[in-house]
Amino acid sequence: MSAIDLLIVGAGPAGMAAAVAARRHGLSVLVVDDQPAPGGQIWRAVETVAATPRGARLGAAYRGGAERTATFRACGASYEPGSQLWQIEPGFRAFLTRAGKARTVTAKAIILATGAQERPTPFPGWTLPGVLTVGAAQILLKTADTVPAQPVWIAGSGPLPLLYMTQLLAAGGKIAGFLDTTPRGRVRAALPHLPRAVSGLGDLAKGLAWTWALKRAGVAVIRHVTELAADGDGKLQTLRYRTEDGRADAVPAEVLLVHEGVVPSIHAPLALGCAVEWHPLQQCYVPKLDAWGETSQAGIFVAGDGAGIGGAEAAELRGGLAGLRAAVTVGGLAEAAAEAEARPLRRRLARALALRPFLDTLFAPRPQAFAPADATIVCRCEEITAGEIRARAALGRPGPNQLKAFTRAGMGPCQGRQCGYTVMHLVAAAQQRPVGEVGFYRVRPPLKPVTLGELASLDETAP
Amino acid sequence: MFRKLHDPGAEGVTIYIDGEAVAAEAGESLATVMLRQPKAWTRTTPVSGSPRAPYCLMGVCFDCLAEVDGIASVQTCLTPVTAGMRVARQHGRRVLSA
Repeated sequence: MSAIDLLIVGAGPAGMAAAVAARRHGLSVLVVDDQPAPGGQIWRAVETVAATPRGARLGAAYRGGAERTATFRACGASYEPGSQLWQIEPGFRAFLTRAGKARTVTAKAIILATGAQERPTPFPGWTLPGVLTVGAAQILLKTADTVPAQPVWIAGSGPLPLLYMTQLLAAGGKIAGFLDTTPRGRVRAALPHLPRAVSGLGDLAKGLAWTWALKRAGVAVIRHVTELAADGDGKLQTLRYRTEDGRADAVPAEVLLVHEGVVPSIHAPLALGCAVEWHPLQQCYVPKLDAWGETSQAGIFVAGDGAGIGGAEAAELRGGLAGLRAAVTVGGLAEAAAEAEARPLRRRLARALALRPFLDTLFAPRPQAFAPADATIVCRCEEITAGEIRARAALGRPGPNQLKAFTRAGMGPCQGRQCGYTVMHLVAAAQQRPVGEVGFYRVRPPLKPVTLGELASLDETAP
Repeated sequence: MFRKLHDPGAEGVTIYIDGEAVAAEAGESLATVMLRQPKAWTRTTPVSGSPRAPYCLMGVCFDCLAEVDGIASVQTCLTPVTAGMRVARQHGRRVLSA
């Protein structure tokens, strides 16, 4: 067992910035991450890719990650890639697995910088091979220079599909069409948030540039798509869709990429008993945090998109703030010194988040995303349908945890990471309750599946 | 259903999927290699036996599980390939071997 001042979980923008801040004030820091290299999802594989033609195609915002990973590598924090965190006990004692061996680490403070995941939105056939998320396809492009072999269908809403499509075209990939699921009237609904967003105009311009690039490339765009369905024998073969004004079509498809926004990874904070609250605009739970990112559990921080979706720049700033606060509570950094260092970070954070309400309103998920048809699989692991959840939810007044016991939804290896929010919405609709009141699954350790062999290897003494 | 845009050259390695030799690039994830195969699926589900392929590529969906070097239910999207790696697609529910 090793003892350190600060354990950071995740080596994306937030985790790296937190490590750099804490190291600057002399803390001993261990950063663990489940990926093989630092950078998080936004800067996946940036260390090896930035200087290549692929890096040039992926854009300046991506290449900028190389400087961050270099600063992080030089900051003096211990870094263990390929590590999975699966339990934290009070004190804090963290349980980790790496290369098939489990071990424990004690730390005085913990920063969870575990980022976000794409919002799962079930539709018929979404479990078929050939259906992937847009984020998945972007990871394939960044890490392995791998693209869909045939012209690809893309469906969804938000900045990521636009960015991926421009990157895919630059790489020589082909797009069959974009099914834009943004409902009609969203631009008008979002406009009132624009005045507050002036400092985010650069990002807005970027989004418009992507849209124009797609138009120039002649990408077919079908707007206001409300329903999707994937059909095929053992793999995707036909994609069906319907639009708000009733236009419907069925097209041959080998690969469909979907994306309906991102939500914070909240499994670790939930397992630790950190209080969360419903974020109505982002349609997800976020941990309750103070101005430094400390949760309701003293000594446990959440930084980055795990604290609420804010993007990479906000993630770095939140990481820096959490790292500073950890230096105060653990390393004896004077409050006033931390406050002085935090002031410019807070100013930049406010600017970085200014565009968010506009984006959250513009790209709020279509209502159909949370109301799948009865025959649609909701829990991918246990193959539980929306109809089964609805029928059970109407009997008595069960919450997600009782439904989990009744149906096994949320009990598979992903532990509700895919079905949690859908089940919440189905319960809310069946019981006519506000969705934020329904609550999430109770998350228990281990946070990731652990083999008996890994458990047996816990704290083996070296021979 | 997916293709690689460059030739791995000196970084090329051979792995074995269900005994068949397959070209890969050192360090890329096993899930990526699976998605480039004619049969892109990595397992069938224990509930209905339906095939599943990598879906999220970032460790949160657990659909890309396969047996890797004798260990079952490995998340292939979190597993970098190494030369000589032996991979087996998983079929439904696990059974105790004799």
